[in-house]
Amino acid sequence: MGSADCGRDGESVMAIEIKDLSHIYSQGSPFESIALSQINAIIDKGSFIGLIGHTGSGKSTFIQHLNVLLKPTSGQIIIDGVDINDKSTNSKSVRQKVGLVFQYPEHQLFEESVEKDVAFGPENLKLDEKEIKARVKEAIITVGLDYESIRKKSPFELSGGQMRRVAIAGVLAMKPEILILDEPTAGLDPKGREDILNVIKELHEREHITVILVSHSMEDIAKHVEKIMVMYDGKIKIFDTPENVFSQAELLEKIGLAVPQVTYLMRKLNEMDPLVNPNVYTVQQAREEIIRMMRRRKDA
Amino acid sequence: MLKDVTIGQYYPTNSFIHKLDPRTKIHFTFLYIIALFTINNFYGYVAAFALLLGITFASKIPVGYILRGIKGLVFIILITVMINLFMTPGTPRIELWRLTITEEGIEIAAFMALRLIFLVTGTSIMTLTTSPIALTDGIEYSLKGVPVVKKYSHELAMMMTIALRFIPTLMEETDRIMKAQKARGADLENGNLVQRAKNLIPILVPLFVSAFRRADELAIAMEARCYRGGHNRTRLNELKYHKRDLFAYGATLGIMVIIFATRWI
Repeated sequence: MGSADCGRDGESVMAIEIKDLSHIYSQGSPFESIALSQINAIIDKGSFIGLIGHTGSGKSTFIQHLNVLLKPTSGQIIIDGVDINDKSTNSKSVRQKVGLVFQYPEHQLFEESVEKDVAFGPENLKLDEKEIKARVKEAIITVGLDYESIRKKSPFELSGGQMRRVAIAGVLAMKPEILILDEPTAGLDPKGREDILNVIKELHEREHITVILVSHSMEDIAKHVEKIMVMYDGKIKIFDTPENVFSQAELLEKIGLAVPQVTYLMRKLNEMDPLVNPNVYTVQQAREEIIRMMRRRKDA
Repeated sequence: MLKDVTIGQYYPTNSFIHKLDPRTKIHFTFLYIIALFTINNFYGYVAAFALLLGITFASKIPVGYILRGIKGLVFIILITVMINLFMTPGTPRIELWRLTITEEGIEIAAFMALRLIFLVTGTSIMTLTTSPIALTDGIEYSLKGVPVVKKYSHELAMMMTIALRFIPTLMEETDRIMKAQKARGADLENGNLVQRAKNLIPILVPLFVSAFRRADELAIAMEARCYRGGHNRTRLNELKYHKRDLFAYGATLGIMVIIFATRWI
């Protein structure tokens, strides 16, 4: 539960540095709109970041910049010391390093077999066949699917949750050092959500990769991430630990967000009994806090 | 590229031309196209130009915006001009290496280019001043007067409405899929023709899958609201001719007659 600390083993190396990043859509036309304005942030290597924000706050625009799918109107993005928008930087190598899983990634599946679809990324990296095979197998196993039984199947005959996993495997097979996921659990059932989040968490812990998770579920965010980035109106409003972010419930509500539901419960309990800690974000913490409260009351 | 095509785009300014009944505009565009092809001398183009100028002015649409429609067709116009310039037999005027340009060739090429430009600007003014819904309504009403097609006028109009409605959606979808495949290292910009065609597969397959899914969902949603085709279907807004339509018919018909009459100058 000491997940607030973002440095790993004491080291705190920058993975991504964002300097004065701005993006304006259709600049100079009547439809001009500012999507990002003057964003500055440093994301540490190996950290697990949650990105939240209301629809239209600039989240998607922001993450697409990290993958050079969009170019900044002004400003810089430096990943591992390299300016990714520099002319001498190969965008393919950036995309290998930064894996981006879009919303509803299962809509991008196109190959005739799961195996071939997952191999699409590594093939584009021009790896040799043996390496591709090994990576495909590893990625499929990592997302929790049975390699032997699924590899020859058509991706279109799988269930929604399985398709989602195959699509995520397609990005993992490129072995990114930074993994960005745009609402990877949208539209899945509770079990499917939990499974996908566990895959991500496990990957983060085992491979020490940097993860940026975009989500609308405050519960998922509170449970898994080490630091939360709150975006509003094209700017980063807060970038802090879950404790410090979720303690500002009023501000979050004002910008169209919320705190986890369990936090609302604990705040209510705190009104009734001031000894209860209202700053609780996960069900696990809440359980312990409520047990403490019950004991205290019984003793009294 | 796709942004350059102004044909089919709507530019709302709430002008006199915008308020006209879509049928008026459709019928006139139709007549205008026929009139353009009857022109056989310079004066005819002057008359057509006067008509275009008047309508453009009345529509309050920036001239640059209308001319953008031509940009997408520059290539076609150039090819037409080239072919006519070099392939027309007649009195030789200029000789370039093995090619001869004839006097007749110059004349036909110039007329062809003018005809194409007038055609594109004229028709794009219609789509720029008529919203897609009004346009299909107008087509539906107009088709009701055509013998064989009459029976299917509603279905045809509905198909057009749906197709127009989904253009932006599918463009967005294409953009999303392209980005997603690029994120997986797909290279869409480089390579020879065969490679580029091959690179389209990862985009076209998901696009078709999603288009079919959307069509399915739309069909179910329409059936759920008891859609059964045009039979016995009433409409919320009936098209009605107004005084301004009468005026437009009169004015444009007059100019059409003039354009036609220039044949004998």
